[in-house]
Amino acid sequence: MTSLAHGHPMQTHAEVTRDVVATLGTPSRGYYMALFGAVGMFLAGLVTFVFLLKDGLGLAGYTPPVMWSVYITTFVFWVGIGHAGTLISAILFLFRSPWRTAVYRSTEAMTVFAVMTAGLFPIIHIGRQWVFYWLLPYPNQRFLWPNFKSPLIWDVFAIGTYLTVSTTFLVVGLVPDIAAVRDKVSGWRQAIYKALSFGWTGADSQWRHYTRGYLYLAALATPLVLSVHSVVSWDFAMGLVPGWHGTIFAPYFVAGAIYSGIGMVLTLLIPLRKVLKIEHMITEYHFDNLAKLTLLTGSILFYAYAMEYFVAWYSSNTFEQTTFWRRAFGPMWWAGWSMIICNAFVSQLLWFKKVRTNLTALFLISIFINVGMWFERFVIIGSSLANDYVPFAWQTPILTWADWGILLGSFGWFGMYFLLFARTFPIVAIQEIKEMIPYPRKRGGGH
Amino acid sequence: MAPKAVPGVLAAFVHVDAAVEAIRTLRARGHRDLTVYSASPNHEIEEALDQPISWVRLFTLIGGLTGCTAGFAMTIWMSRDWPLLVGGKPFDAVPPYVVLAFELTILYGALATVAGVIILSLVKSLRGRPYHPSFSDDRIGLFVPCGPDQAPGVRDVLVNAGSEEILAHGA
Repeated sequence: MTSLAHGHPMQTHAEVTRDVVATLGTPSRGYYMALFGAVGMFLAGLVTFVFLLKDGLGLAGYTPPVMWSVYITTFVFWVGIGHAGTLISAILFLFRSPWRTAVYRSTEAMTVFAVMTAGLFPIIHIGRQWVFYWLLPYPNQRFLWPNFKSPLIWDVFAIGTYLTVSTTFLVVGLVPDIAAVRDKVSGWRQAIYKALSFGWTGADSQWRHYTRGYLYLAALATPLVLSVHSVVSWDFAMGLVPGWHGTIFAPYFVAGAIYSGIGMVLTLLIPLRKVLKIEHMITEYHFDNLAKLTLLTGSILFYAYAMEYFVAWYSSNTFEQTTFWRRAFGPMWWAGWSMIICNAFVSQLLWFKKVRTNLTALFLISIFINVGMWFERFVIIGSSLANDYVPFAWQTPILTWADWGILLGSFGWFGMYFLLFARTFPIVAIQEIKEMIPYPRKRGGGH
Repeated sequence: MAPKAVPGVLAAFVHVDAAVEAIRTLRARGHRDLTVYSASPNHEIEEALDQPISWVRLFTLIGGLTGCTAGFAMTIWMSRDWPLLVGGKPFDAVPPYVVLAFELTILYGALATVAGVIILSLVKSLRGRPYHPSFSDDRIGLFVPCGPDQAPGVRDVLVNAGSEEILAHGA
């Protein structure tokens, strides 16, 4: 009864509601342990931030020429994580891929929380965090406006738009499901879900506008997701720093973002489906498809890495060549090879179906992807800045406890929100799963 | 204060073809103001109701165009209001401003779409119309507003089409 064939649930509508609402019941001890762990990590980050406010960015090892280091690395890492969510929820919606239905809610929530996490980093990184609002164009007594020719300002608009649109998309998708939960629970929980369902009843006059609106939101989110990481890549590519100034950067970053995002989806969903007992809804079939997407984007990255080295050689530019030589054989060789092995090589294991459908193997690969993609950004940012045009000033990025504290805190901040979401709202989209299950028919057909 | 109940008949269906048959028969008999509840959108029901395409698209278009215009207007006006020569580029440099105009097109377009869904959904008031929690689960609900004189006839249509239950009978 409760199995899925080729992504199509073989459950009845009532069973779908029952199983998803059951995930909102009393949490297990494992859930509480994970939540306390996340809160603890967040507090560690918060304490670090207080020290940063007090002592300044020198505490994080900022030393010329490496003035962008772990914080910007982690910013790009978290923005990238969000991209898989929008790919699965919006782009695959437009492509009518039925397998996305079971996983899209969790990936969409991941997107929102990852972008919320990313948004903290430019603020942490700017030094005088209390005047972060100077980035926004607001009328002020000095008659100053931001420099709109700077990619950093493009980034403010891109990330702000991305966070707003992803949150809107998530909330709009949630409304019918919250109404379904409202009709199944009682007492104070029902009162809360009733308020959050905005009077949704599933009437034809509501569906008529809702389905169109959802389609247009997906259509708007699709170019947005491609633009956001392109803009992030231009933070670097618009500069003349060796290793950054490449036209390949936008597609290279977008592929990397989706690759890292799917890695995080795998890391989250493989344990989560067990904890929430929804193994029959998120099955090997879904993981096989996610793994195929990982293989595709991982192979694009493989090509991009190779092309970067080729272009460095072909350019006959000494600084470009030296930067790439030092990425592989310089003082940061360990970071350079971590990136290549974890991303380009490990993803190639996914050519084998046995690997794609073995969840333990997939989980391990997803950890390699997370680590590898963090290193990719660290290598691009750190090693390029460390080997600028003045060999006299060459440095190796200095990493301090304040870097690791904030990095740890970001995982706590993200994990905390994700875990709270998974317990409060339907983590599997009830309405869309039901859409795939035909209603029974009086004259045969259906179930 | 509870809204005044709309008089009529509310029926629940398990089978979609039965619900569609009831909708078609009732519409043929002149009942146009039907309300159909379902847990997910269904094309057969949409076709039976013969609904026109939603005007949400107009909100999306206007929102998007407003965002695009606002993006270019903001960047060009602010660059001229505080002229700062950057990299020898003109004050009204269009290529970098395309990025901002694009982002605002998407932002305004998305927000206008949501506003459109909310506004248009409120155009047809559902106040006073009965609802049952099983409609968000596995039943299809059909509410037919009618006076007490028409109610027995409507009830017969619903039962003959295959309604499993008549849930409410408006006053």
